[in-house]
Amino acid sequence: MKKQKGSVWVIAEQIDCQVLAVSLQLIGHARKLAMELETSAEVVLLGDQIDEQTQQLFAAGVDKVYLGNAPELAFYQPEIYAEIIVKLAKDHLSAIMLIGSTSMACELAPLVAARLETGLTAHCIDLVLDENKIPAYGGLMSIICPDKCLQMATIAAGVFPNPHPDDSRTGEIVPLEVPDDIPRLIQTLEVVREKPEGVSLESAPIVVAGGAGAGGLEGWGKIADLAKVLNAALGSTRPAVDEGWTELETMIGQSGKMINPELYIGVGLSGELQHMVGIVGARVMVAINSDSKSPVFEQVDYGIVDDCREFVPVLIEKIKEHQEKRVTC
Amino acid sequence: MLRIVVCVKAVPDPKDAHKIKIDPVTKTLMRLDVPLVLNLLDKNAMEAALQLKEQLDAHITVLSMGPSATGNVVKECLALGADDGFLLSDRSFGGADAYATAYTIAKGIEKIGKYDVVFCGMASSDGSTEWVGPQIATLLKIPVVTRVKELVEYGGEWWKVKADLENGYRLMQVKLPAVFTVTRDLNTPRTLSFSGIIKARSKEITEWGIDQLSVPEETVGQKGSPTIVSNLTAIESKREVEIITGTREEKAERLVQKLADAGVI
Repeated sequence: MKKQKGSVWVIAEQIDCQVLAVSLQLIGHARKLAMELETSAEVVLLGDQIDEQTQQLFAAGVDKVYLGNAPELAFYQPEIYAEIIVKLAKDHLSAIMLIGSTSMACELAPLVAARLETGLTAHCIDLVLDENKIPAYGGLMSIICPDKCLQMATIAAGVFPNPHPDDSRTGEIVPLEVPDDIPRLIQTLEVVREKPEGVSLESAPIVVAGGAGAGGLEGWGKIADLAKVLNAALGSTRPAVDEGWTELETMIGQSGKMINPELYIGVGLSGELQHMVGIVGARVMVAINSDSKSPVFEQVDYGIVDDCREFVPVLIEKIKEHQEKRVTC
Repeated sequence: MLRIVVCVKAVPDPKDAHKIKIDPVTKTLMRLDVPLVLNLLDKNAMEAALQLKEQLDAHITVLSMGPSATGNVVKECLALGADDGFLLSDRSFGGADAYATAYTIAKGIEKIGKYDVVFCGMASSDGSTEWVGPQIATLLKIPVVTRVKELVEYGGEWWKVKADLENGYRLMQVKLPAVFTVTRDLNTPRTLSFSGIIKARSKEITEWGIDQLSVPEETVGQKGSPTIVSNLTAIESKREVEIITGTREEKAERLVQKLADAGVI
């Protein structure tokens, strides 16, 4: 991120009037950047009946809230959301714009960036003044956007910590109107969300992640059994998602979830950076892979060289024995 | 007639992606001899077009950007059943970020002429940004739906599609022309047939450079890219691995003991 005039913005996201954790985490980081730049931290929040959420945003560290509060903003409407943010960015001086990399942001952020003709750095894992770091093949890539006044970046949940709320903080609320010159070529008719099954990846103390080495649905099932016996959340790599063994929501890494569990067990995966950046904060890391030369073994605490499809069932039995022993002690 | 443009990208074969390393001296990516293949999600984009063509009166144009050698992915799409193929290829297009890529492709689509639907894969396996599809739409001034997983109503002027969301979906209504970026949930891509490969042999790929697109050099490639890679650093893990050895039983037992000692199970 380049040092220049203008405030630090966060485009916040709400679901059913609840501000997402990632938005608050970005506000916490925006506060730090704003102090370094001697400017203000500001947030754009769009929704319906969301007045009560503004205090939470001030407490997290912003000085100003641009608040769009209208029934047609209740959930993400691509044309309207993009138009409001583009107009705001043209009318006010914003130097940095941060958005949590949710499925909404992955559509909205490039729409806004293209209309403002500025660069957008995808899925940053660190964000310091003068450069954004994103992982690429075999290493860490620093991205800069040197010639534009506005710098934009998307960042996943968990990259920055939750801010400590300071309830004594207050700030200014700037109400926003829905522009009346929207062409209305696209409309969100309905949003359906289900409660996720099982243990959530972000909060689970133990995470078992599976990769291409599962070899098929049967092998995947064994990895899922390992997660179950440990009461762990089940995560994945992109190849496992691409194979169709699991859903996109379970993907760990740069374009997926960033997690900090007590224990991480990577099964049948090769340790590609895009995945591994998602778990650098784990306390104890284990890898199970049949290839002793796999790069994953350079990045964990304990390594097992074995075919995961054969080894995992044996491991499950040993874990069960350990759990029974613990109960009887 | 429904005019479909499918945008595709040649990417390093994901199976060999771990072979790509950073040159410690030049700080550039060493691709070694990793082969370039059709991006996985672009196969779903192609399949969506082919299924529409089976049901409606449709024409499929495939468009890619890259060096001449990446014409092989366009050829593959022709073999799958696309009607014609274009490759935007010019030295000055090199080093483009998502925005400059979207700009060049949008110019290519405008030059192709009339279009109703543009399909792209949701993301490429090498760039992974998801930005190109929505930015093509912005530059063409048409709507976009990203992460499409089901075409609910199609054929008319307004389409209804379901797009993927965390633990759910959104139902979108959109007026054509429009861009759709697709997920793997949308369909199961067909495989190449022998007769398709034979038919594709006689189909020509049209290559367009900067002169054919008539765009200024500073708008494309690295020069037209708002973002640049300023540095590449290899990551070194601070962890020191202990490889646990023994028979399968012993390894499992020893691992459980280590994890119990660390207090994590």
